[in-house]
Amino acid sequence: MIHPLDALAAVGRSVLGTCRYTGEITIFAGNGFSHAVRPPLYWRLLWQAFVEIAFFSLPVVALTAIFTGMVLALQSYTGFSRFSAESATATVVVLSITRELGPVLAALMVAGRIGAAFAAEIGTMRVTDQIDALTTLSTNPVKYLVTPRLVAATIAMPILVAIADVLGVMGGWIVATAKLGFASNAYLVSTMDALKTEDVVSGLVKAAVFGFIIALMGCWHGYRSKGGAQGVGQATTAAVVSASIMIMALDYVLTELFFAR
Amino acid sequence: MSDVPKIRLRGLRKAFGSKVVLDGVDLDVRAQHGMVVLGGSGSGKSVTVKCILGLIRPDSGLIEIDGRDVSAMSDRQRTEIMDRTGMLFQNGALFDSLPVWENVCFKLLAQKRISRAKARDKAAEVLAQVGLAASVGDLSPAELSGGMQKRVALARAIAAEPDILFLDEPTTGLDPIMGAVIDGLIVDCVKRLGATTVAITHDMASARRIGDDAAMIHKGKIIWTGPAATLGETGNAMVDQFARGNREGPIQMELRR
Repeated sequence: MIHPLDALAAVGRSVLGTCRYTGEITIFAGNGFSHAVRPPLYWRLLWQAFVEIAFFSLPVVALTAIFTGMVLALQSYTGFSRFSAESATATVVVLSITRELGPVLAALMVAGRIGAAFAAEIGTMRVTDQIDALTTLSTNPVKYLVTPRLVAATIAMPILVAIADVLGVMGGWIVATAKLGFASNAYLVSTMDALKTEDVVSGLVKAAVFGFIIALMGCWHGYRSKGGAQGVGQATTAAVVSASIMIMALDYVLTELFFAR
Repeated sequence: MSDVPKIRLRGLRKAFGSKVVLDGVDLDVRAQHGMVVLGGSGSGKSVTVKCILGLIRPDSGLIEIDGRDVSAMSDRQRTEIMDRTGMLFQNGALFDSLPVWENVCFKLLAQKRISRAKARDKAAEVLAQVGLAASVGDLSPAELSGGMQKRVALARAIAAEPDILFLDEPTTGLDPIMGAVIDGLIVDCVKRLGATTVAITHDMASARRIGDDAAMIHKGKIIWTGPAATLGETGNAMVDQFARGNREGPIQMELRR
C-alpha cells in the first residue's frame, strides 16, 4: 500500500535533487571561470576553441540568419498589409533580428553544434581516464579543459551574433526589395531609423550569456559523464537539451531586464 | 635507507553507495621497491591506487607518502607530490587530440621544465628508452597499435623522471612476448630512475618480473603480503589459488546462471 507521505517524499527528493544539481553547476561554473583570472591561461587551447566556435559555426549561423530575415520580411509584410502598415516591415525585421532572433537562433544552432561537441569530447576523455591522466600530469583538468572553452564561447558568441544581425537584416532587405517592391534606399533608411544602440547591445549581451551557458552545459555534462559510449551519448543529449532550455528561459529574463518598463 | 615506507595506508575505506569497495586496507610500500597488488576484478585494486593519487577521496583512513599525511596537505603540497609521480593507465589514456611527442612531454611542458622547441628532442629521447623510433612522435595515438600505445603511455609516465610510478595493468591486452617486453622496459626504467613502483596486475608472470613485494586484496582488505617471488607457493590458500588460476579453492566466483 502506498503511504500518503510517499508522494510528498518524492516531491522533496525532486526539490533536493534540483537544489543539488543547481549548486553543483554553480560551483563548477565558478571554478571554471575563476581560472580565467588565475595564470596560467592556456592561450593555445582558448584560440582553438574560439576558432571552432566563431569560425566553423559561421556557415550554419549565417544561413539561419539570412533565411530567418527573409521569412520575417515576408510574413511581416503579409500580416501588416491587412492593416495597410507594410511600411513597418523594416522596423519589425531589424528589431526582431537584433533583439531576439539573432541571439536566440544563433545560440540554438551553436548549442547543437558546439555544446554537443564539448560534451562528447570531454565525456570521452572522462570515460577513457584522460581526465584522471591530466591530474596525474600536474594539470588541473578544469583549468585545461573547461576554462578555455567558457572564455572562448563567451567572447565568440557576440561576434557571431553581430554577423548574424547584419545577415538577418540583409535577408529581409533582399526579400523586401526583390519581391515585395520596397525601394532599397527607403528600406535601409527605415531600418536605421528604427534601430537603437540598446537593441544591438542587448542582443550582444544575450549572446555572451548564451555562449557561456552553451559551453558550461557542454563541459559540465561531459565532465560528469559515466560508463562508456552510452554515457557519452547521454551527456551529449543532456548538454544540448539543457542548454536549449536555459537559453529560452534566460532570454525571457534578460529581455525583462533590458526592456521591461 | 630510511625505515619509513614510501607509501603507507592504514584503515583505508571507500564505499560507492551501499557497495563497500575498500574495507580497511593496510599496506606499506618500501622505497625503491616494486609492490604488486593482486586481486580479482572489482576487488578494489584500482580504487586503492586512485585514492593514493587523490583521484578518489576515501571515506576514511590514512594515506602517507614519505611519512606525510596526504589528506592534511594543501593543494600546492599535493601538486608537489603529483609532480614526483608517474601513472601508467590500463588503457593508456593518451590524449588523442595531441601528437605522441606532446603526450610524452605533457608533464614537462605543463611544469614549464622544457620549451616546446626542445620537447620534440626530449620526446625522441624518451621514446628511444621504450624502444620506439623518433618518427613515432609525429603520429597520433589513434595510429598506434595496442603495444605501441602502452609503450608511449610508459614513456609519458617516466618522462618527468618520477620517484613513484603507478602501473595499472601494464600488460593487459598484450601478447605474452609484448607483455614481457613492457615488463622489461618497466624494470629498466625503474632501476635507472631509482623509483618506487606500485603495480596492479592479474598477470602472474608480470607480477614476478616487476615486483619485489606483493599484496593480495580480497573483498576490500589486504589478506596477504610477501615476496613476489613466492607467488603460487605462499601457503595462503587464497593467494595460491589466485596465483595458479585454480577454479577450485576458497575464492568462489559469484556466477549467475
